[in-house]
Amino acid sequence: MSAPALEVRGLQVLVGETEAVRGVDFTLEQGARTGLIGESGSGKTLTALAVMDLLPDGLVARGEIWYRGRDLLRLSERERSRLRGDRLTMVFQEPLSALDPLMRVGDQVAEPLRLHRRLSRTEARARARELLERVQLPDPVERLRAYPHQLSGGQRQRVMIAMAVACSPDILIADEPTTALDVTVQAEILALLERLVREEGTTLLLITHDLAIVSQVCDQVLVMYGGRIVEAGPTAEVFSHPRHPYTLALLEAIPPIDQQLPNGRLTQIPGAVPGLGEFPSGCPFRTRCLRETSCCSTMPEMAGTSHPVACWHPLS
Amino acid sequence: MGPLILSRAAGLVVALVAASVLIFVVVNVLPGDPASVILGTAATPGALAQLRQQLGLDQPAWVRYLEWVGGMLHGDFGISPISRIPVGPEILQKLTVSAPLALGGTLVALVVAIPLGALAGIRHRRPSGVVISALSLGGMAVPAFWAGLLLISLFAVRLQLVPSGGFVPWSQDPLGSLTSLALPCLALGLVQGAVLTRYVRSAVIDVQRQDFMRTARAQGLSRWQALVRHGFRNAAIPVVTVLGIQLTSLIVGAVVIENVFDLPGLGLLLFQAVGNRDLVTVQDLVMLLTAAVLVVNLVVDLSYRLLDPRIRAR
Repeated sequence: MSAPALEVRGLQVLVGETEAVRGVDFTLEQGARTGLIGESGSGKTLTALAVMDLLPDGLVARGEIWYRGRDLLRLSERERSRLRGDRLTMVFQEPLSALDPLMRVGDQVAEPLRLHRRLSRTEARARARELLERVQLPDPVERLRAYPHQLSGGQRQRVMIAMAVACSPDILIADEPTTALDVTVQAEILALLERLVREEGTTLLLITHDLAIVSQVCDQVLVMYGGRIVEAGPTAEVFSHPRHPYTLALLEAIPPIDQQLPNGRLTQIPGAVPGLGEFPSGCPFRTRCLRETSCCSTMPEMAGTSHPVACWHPLS
Repeated sequence: MGPLILSRAAGLVVALVAASVLIFVVVNVLPGDPASVILGTAATPGALAQLRQQLGLDQPAWVRYLEWVGGMLHGDFGISPISRIPVGPEILQKLTVSAPLALGGTLVALVVAIPLGALAGIRHRRPSGVVISALSLGGMAVPAFWAGLLLISLFAVRLQLVPSGGFVPWSQDPLGSLTSLALPCLALGLVQGAVLTRYVRSAVIDVQRQDFMRTARAQGLSRWQALVRHGFRNAAIPVVTVLGIQLTSLIVGAVVIENVFDLPGLGLLLFQAVGNRDLVTVQDLVMLLTAAVLVVNLVVDLSYRLLDPRIRAR
């Protein structure tokens, strides 16, 4: 097997004194499509922003992020800017606010090309047109001159994706790329994203709380809770045989389409996600877990090879 | 954009007509008959009536209003009953002082506020940003006339670089005119600039929190590049709005500053005209200042349509 595309070791994100991401390890294999799932507040987005070097002011990343033999966290700001938008790119959740309202779509798509490929204005414009065709935006020539507010939500997200694939990146991180869109548009955008990464062999990290999206697109899945990764493995296996009680609870909270609920009620996870810094000591999930025992107050480490889990009482 | 300019221009005309009616009514309702002011306490009723007729004060109000407005449209601003000289040329003459003062003041304000405000916004968590912010807050608290006096005592009295007041006409010595305007422009501009700095700062802070700035950085732009390519233009929209409002208060500030520096401008003229009950001059000047404010607002309105495509589309 070739070297992994990205290897994250002991990643922490600190908000002041508090750890929001608490020592995360994961590996993205070359060309793999990995889903990162978990409830809001589990640290998914912060993990992605730390990889991209886009953490908001005042937040600090620690640990190691290995990309092509280099630890990203040890690179200078300049070197990281050079990778950003070229080798590592990101698609954000809100396609309206994520685009500059005062700049024409064509110029925004051309920006990474002008920056990293040093294309001339005309070359970049021609390439931007091709990119808009690739993301199947109708009337690409006309759309190049449009402003973001003149496009629909789905069209804006296509533009975001065009920007993200402009330089044929090694790794693309998509943070809830379809959450803000209509259901029918969601499916189209996902299909587009999947086709593009497949064609280019791009490594995809897809952040979502929608498990259906993960099972559709991703071959690997990481389950995050309380700033920790609690379970990881091939999507089919994790979803059919979850080992962490939290993963099981997430799966049980999905309403079935084809059958009646057993007692007419949807299963929900007891309690709510604690706020930042309010997680219990030890296993972060233990206060909401039905299998909690005294040993759970010690932090469980990820154990296992192909389908590791961080739990003292994993499901068999 | 064409039809939009037309509709805005029509709005401007309506506003001007309304303003002229209001100004005329207020000035003419005020107590103090110009004729009795001119003739003083010793006036006989006969002389009073004669002067009133001479000044046209015996005509019905609507005739006087139409004559006033009609005259202004032809460039005839009437004759001051006090100084007995035509008001139009007088105003034009004073404009050669006041217009450069207002422009210079705005220029100083912009030159001070844009770089300092941007810097304070970019570094708002760091000491340098806080220092700028505190200075601008202090600057806001300083009245323009006091700033003027401080500048006089430093540059004119102590360093003797510029005159402490008065004005050399442009025709006599253009360089001298510029030097006599330097301190007034500085006094006016620094105070306005302090206010504007606050607005530029908060616009820059605000824009840095926008999602599209994160997207810009995700494309590989550094923080600074993202600000230059995306941030400043977006931050300009609220600043232009404030600038329009500030230009209005600049006109008010100019009246005070002209008094402090003894500049023969519109402000001083207005001040004297009010004191002398020179109603013709007061009426004309207030009308002109109103028109200036309305035009500035129109220009601001149209200019952020140019800046912001979202408004342009509507």
